[in-house]
Amino acid sequence: MTDVAQNSLDAPALRPDARGKDNVIIRFESITKRFGNLPAVDNVTLDVREGEFFALLGPSGCGKTTLLRMLAGFETPTEGRILIDGKDIANLPPNRRPVNMVFQSYAVFPHMKVTDNIAYGLKMDGVSGNEIRRRVDEALELVKLGGLGERMPDQLSGGQRQRVALARALVKRPRVLLLDEPLSALDAKLRDQMRSELTSLQKKVGITFIMVTHDQDEALAIATRCAVMNRGMLAQVATPSDLYEFPNSQFVADFVGRVNMFEGVLEKDEQDEAVVRCADFSAPVYLDHGVTGARGTTVWVALRPEKIEMHKRAEGQTPFKMEDAPQGANVTPGIIREIVYLGSETNYEVELEGGRRVKTFRSNLTRYDQEDFTHNEPVWLAWHACSPAVLLS
Amino acid sequence: MEQSWRRAKAAFAAIALPPLTWLLLFFLIPLAVIWAYSFGENTGPVTIDLTGTFANYLRAIEPIYLEIFWKSILIAGLTTMLCLVIGFPVALAIAFASPRTKTWLLMLIMLPFWTNLLIRTFALVAVLRENGYVNFALEWLWNNASWAMTLAGFQPLGEFEPLKLLYNNAAVVVGLVYVHLPFMVLPLYSALDRMDRSLMEASLDLGAGHLRTILLVVVPLAAPGIASGVLITFIPALGAYLTPDLLGGTDSQMIANVIERQFKRANDWPFGAALSFLLMYLTFIAIAIQTTLQRRADRRGA
Ligand SMILES: Nc1ncnc2c1ncn2[C@@H]1O[C@H](COP(=O)(O)OP(=O)(O)O)[C@@H](O)[C@H]1O
Ligand SMILES: [Mg+2]
Repeated sequence: MTDVAQNSLDAPALRPDARGKDNVIIRFESITKRFGNLPAVDNVTLDVREGEFFALLGPSGCGKTTLLRMLAGFETPTEGRILIDGKDIANLPPNRRPVNMVFQSYAVFPHMKVTDNIAYGLKMDGVSGNEIRRRVDEALELVKLGGLGERMPDQLSGGQRQRVALARALVKRPRVLLLDEPLSALDAKLRDQMRSELTSLQKKVGITFIMVTHDQDEALAIATRCAVMNRGMLAQVATPSDLYEFPNSQFVADFVGRVNMFEGVLEKDEQDEAVVRCADFSAPVYLDHGVTGARGTTVWVALRPEKIEMHKRAEGQTPFKMEDAPQGANVTPGIIREIVYLGSETNYEVELEGGRRVKTFRSNLTRYDQEDFTHNEPVWLAWHACSPAVLLS
Repeated sequence: MEQSWRRAKAAFAAIALPPLTWLLLFFLIPLAVIWAYSFGENTGPVTIDLTGTFANYLRAIEPIYLEIFWKSILIAGLTTMLCLVIGFPVALAIAFASPRTKTWLLMLIMLPFWTNLLIRTFALVAVLRENGYVNFALEWLWNNASWAMTLAGFQPLGEFEPLKLLYNNAAVVVGLVYVHLPFMVLPLYSALDRMDRSLMEASLDLGAGHLRTILLVVVPLAAPGIASGVLITFIPALGAYLTPDLLGGTDSQMIANVIERQFKRANDWPFGAALSFLLMYLTFIAIAIQTTLQRRADRRGA
């Protein structure tokens, strides 16, 4: 603890963006936590690197908070080790770990004014009075609470209380800042604002952040890297764009963003070409990449709505530019069954010949849509051979 | 609307009337009678003249009685303090126990309430008297120690002298603490149990150890519970009668014992009444102090 405090004392208050360093700061090694017989966290192995804004993403009850609390020291792993800067922290009590937490409920001390809340951790470390005053002022400015230092917590809004909790943790200059669902208690507008503020705050202080959230939008928007959890296990660890474009399972594809999922059988799998036959389409689905699966295995084709183009289909007419479409472009006929106008875009549900419905949408690029798709209109759905993700589980 | 309100009022009166009557007949009227007596004079063995005199109150604040009042306050205060010191860790332990253990522990705390106070006090006599269990255990230890000394080649310790644990002020305090501990533990427990656990975790997270977390976060936040525990212990301890009577010595009288003597042996009801009312005023003062502190704490935004 002391050596960390010492280091951070010498460090400039605001470090340049520390992203991109690749030394591991936190390592979970085969961590399992059971409550009774039920595993809340199941054999998680995970590295978090210095300077990352890391998100633990997953549905409610999947063990995100438990994982975070083991890192903070409030729960003991049933099995496995946690390393901070290469050192096993099993024997460090919470008050001696170089991490600080912003609690979901904020946990701002109700009987202390804002400055006392922020100074609390520094007092516990025996920092001198002048130093405390300077750093508390700095922290207040950092979270834009200047001038509210004398307020009691019950005179603050929820968003302001959260800033107090942030300042209180950051003022200690921890190696890692832990945030448990930091935005879930805020109203929608404030949440958007706090999203970008958290990002810029993290860049500014250069501290590694680990955030727990069940909101995939939030994770994609804020995090530099995400771990998706499902029933206590890690489903996938990747950057937001990789999670979205290259999910490794149905669960991830479905949990992160919207998706159309088709079950099928792998018919052909070569270096740069694969074919999947799905019951939902009359024609097979062409892919311009190999899939590493044996012929005949069951696979799932995951297709994001925005990757599907929709075109008018007149009776008897061949699809638009099908002639010059690259080999392997996929086209399938359907009928529009549902239209939801959302202002910036319009969502469509298109019924395929087999009865399966597919989600797609079109951005409203012009104020009057020339094409004017209507209910029960026959359309072609088309997507490029590189667009779908083929999932083996 | 108006009709239903009127009917509801009738129903309300029907419900409230019996307890109100009970309160009036058996509490307020006797209290008023005693209050009137406190301004009266004994004119015969069973007759009291309500002369409006303050003589009883003047006598009640004579040094000998003031001293007993003061001593009662000291004993009750010491009792309350000991109950707090013992009760706080107990309440903390119960609040943090697993739900099943919690039920059992709470039951154990409340168990003594199901036994008559007199029996519990006599049980304490059996524990503390010269041939009681405490001395019994001490004697056993003494004899063994003595035996060990002879084995080691030293002189034996000599004859065991039983400790005089009964019939003194300490015995009264022990008895009062024993009787009043549940009154302290229960409000403390309910305050601690309600407290947001993440506040304590936040304190640990920020670098405070357990002790500092308790002193800087738990105690201030449990202050309302502590205040009500203190009050609810202090008031009955101040008016304690049975415990000093059975466990105390000749100099361990508390104010309730003096009052009892006035009503019975001394047959001086007016004086007893005056003492009773002074005791009640003391109680009111204690409540007023607690309420003021509470209001100040509330204003501070706890
Ligand atoms: N103290 C506890 N005792 C028993 N079960 C718990 C405890 N804490 C969490 N759990 C269980 O562990 C699982 C994961 O919980 P949690 O980590 O809070 O999930 P998340 O934060 O992802 O919503 C849940 O099924 C929850 O019921
Ligand atoms: Mg959670």
